[in-house]
Amino acid sequence: MDFFILMLAIPLVSGALLTVVGERAWAPNLNIIASLGTFAAAAGLTIEIVANGPRFAFGEQFFIDSLNVFFVALTAFVGLTTSIFSGPYMKNEREHGRLTAPRLRLYKGMYQLFMFTMLAALTTNNLGILWVAMEAATLTTVLLVSLYRTPASLEAAWKYFILCGVGIAQALFGTILLYFAAERVLGASGNALLWTHLIDVKGQLEPTIMALSFIFLLVGYGTKVGLAPLHNWLPDAHAEGPTPVSAVLSGLLLNVALYAILRCKVLADGAIPNAFAGNLMIGFGLFTLLVAAFFLSRQKDVKRMFAYSSIEHMGLITFAFGMGGPVANFAGLLHMTMHSLTKSAIFFAVGHATQKTGTQLMADIRGLIRINPLIGWGLMLGTLAILGMPPFGVFASEFMILTHAMKYHPWATPILLLGLGVAFAAIFGKVQPMVFGETEARRLPHAPAITPVFLHLGIVLTLGLYIPPYLTRWFHEASRMLG
Amino acid sequence: MNAAIPFSAQLINLFAAVILLLAFAMLAQRRVLALINLFALQGLTLCLATLVAAVTTGQVHLYYSAGLTLALKVLLLPWILYRLVKRLNVKGEVEALINIPTTMLVGLVLVMIAFNVALPISELSHTITRGTLGIALAVVMLAFLMMITRQKAITQVVGFLSMENGLFLAATSATYGMPMVVELGIALDVLVGVIILGVFFFQIRDQFDSLDIRHMERLKDN
Repeated sequence: MDFFILMLAIPLVSGALLTVVGERAWAPNLNIIASLGTFAAAAGLTIEIVANGPRFAFGEQFFIDSLNVFFVALTAFVGLTTSIFSGPYMKNEREHGRLTAPRLRLYKGMYQLFMFTMLAALTTNNLGILWVAMEAATLTTVLLVSLYRTPASLEAAWKYFILCGVGIAQALFGTILLYFAAERVLGASGNALLWTHLIDVKGQLEPTIMALSFIFLLVGYGTKVGLAPLHNWLPDAHAEGPTPVSAVLSGLLLNVALYAILRCKVLADGAIPNAFAGNLMIGFGLFTLLVAAFFLSRQKDVKRMFAYSSIEHMGLITFAFGMGGPVANFAGLLHMTMHSLTKSAIFFAVGHATQKTGTQLMADIRGLIRINPLIGWGLMLGTLAILGMPPFGVFASEFMILTHAMKYHPWATPILLLGLGVAFAAIFGKVQPMVFGETEARRLPHAPAITPVFLHLGIVLTLGLYIPPYLTRWFHEASRMLG
Repeated sequence: MNAAIPFSAQLINLFAAVILLLAFAMLAQRRVLALINLFALQGLTLCLATLVAAVTTGQVHLYYSAGLTLALKVLLLPWILYRLVKRLNVKGEVEALINIPTTMLVGLVLVMIAFNVALPISELSHTITRGTLGIALAVVMLAFLMMITRQKAITQVVGFLSMENGLFLAATSATYGMPMVVELGIALDVLVGVIILGVFFFQIRDQFDSLDIRHMERLKDN
């Protein structure tokens, strides 16, 4: 059996199955087993691609190379750990009376379908299908954000739907313009939106149309990445949705949207002179970093604060890819990996902490280290990691981005340092009293799943100390694809 | 100059102009049911424009996309919206944030911007429908304006769907439509989106006793 087909089929079939059978005692286990199967298939696919090079699937409609297989592996891995985390988490939510059986059924079905849409978006070769899958990813998560049906969560889901809907409509216009530019070279066939065909003729695409197209694509998909000033949906959706959903939105969906921009950037770079696309991304990236950093200090809700931290990191990554070149692309990919792993680990720890204390307000969460040392340390270490403290991996990638910026865009360095500095002060100052200090908190009916937190942080730590040559080669290969 | 434009192209331009006019009418319309009617009418005009383009150029897939437009945007979606309005008991006038005359003036400015943006692209296009690209972009922008200035959740959705109409017109006018598989995918997304919104409307109403989005302004950074 083909690993690729398995990888897409498992989440699709299990999503349907979980929706049909409803909430049973074994449903959480099925959710984990399905995610494990998806991860195993993705790992098999990764090994195959690294060994044999790029391949197609379903004619030329799907295309897997070292760039997207990297995202596939990451997505499937975080998908697996989040499903492990969500098992006890969701059981506790049910015991606390915040969720009912039908909603848990909705959650599990949609979770698997969400994985399917993301994996399809990552592996498709057709830029039109990429758009369709991105929109489908929004649709599957709208009802997840409003899972608690509180006024705030409904408002967050509505904002998410409308803002991302408008954003994705811009991206569709960009895709139409891209098709228009491509059709003049490739002819009006179904092949004119296939990335592998476009990449061969990228030098012949009309620069004016491509410039306009890239602006629309960047703004459109950028809305989903959380680029300022279109980031408003992101903190609300992260704060009001269930924590496993926050973890996958932050750790995975933002990456997938950024991946879509990267694929388009490669084409735009080939067609437009003067690094137009790169400069646009540098501008958006720096602006996003600064906006997010200054909003961070005003947050009171813990999940909202870490959502702003995701926006900040997305800005930094966009900036890195905007600079372009092998080193910056390498740093961007590394930072994406580190951010995904660290941020989802933080959300896992935060999820258990808020369950224990029954609030998301940081002022009311105190002394986690006394209630549950593992959660407390998980949150503290995760925070230190995301703030770029050595020896965690985030430090390595941030260091590479900074030194590269100093060399080629020295004017941007003070802005970067300012943003990172402000973010550090804001987050560390708030997390420190949450972890240490006095407290009274309840016992949870189901023991929290701590393993995913430390598994992620362990990987981030290991990669900060030592990146195996196997992985370095793979990252280099992927950053070469980005030109 | 005018004599050089073939009859079919003039017909398509006419339909595109009607679509733009309908976009303005939607912007001015205060009643929800009338708004849905206008949306269905816009879909019908879009379908006719696509059909004329299909007959003139002989592109088979344009027939399919005209059929898809008819089924989805003229029949199915307005029907779903009608049922929602009836079941949810949305009544009375649509509250606008800015008064209607001002909105129309802003709309005029947007149309001018859209035409200027589309000008360099239209010149590069070789399709008989290229003149409509500016109109398509204008429709997208007017729909966007409608979403910004309206306060009922359901009018925002009609605005969203009208924006999709504009995008569809853009695809037809610049390139004779996207590849079939993409168009089918887009149609599926739109349909699923509206169904999810339908579910979502009931959740909103149960929680707020109203579909007015003014109730949903509590999440702020402070």
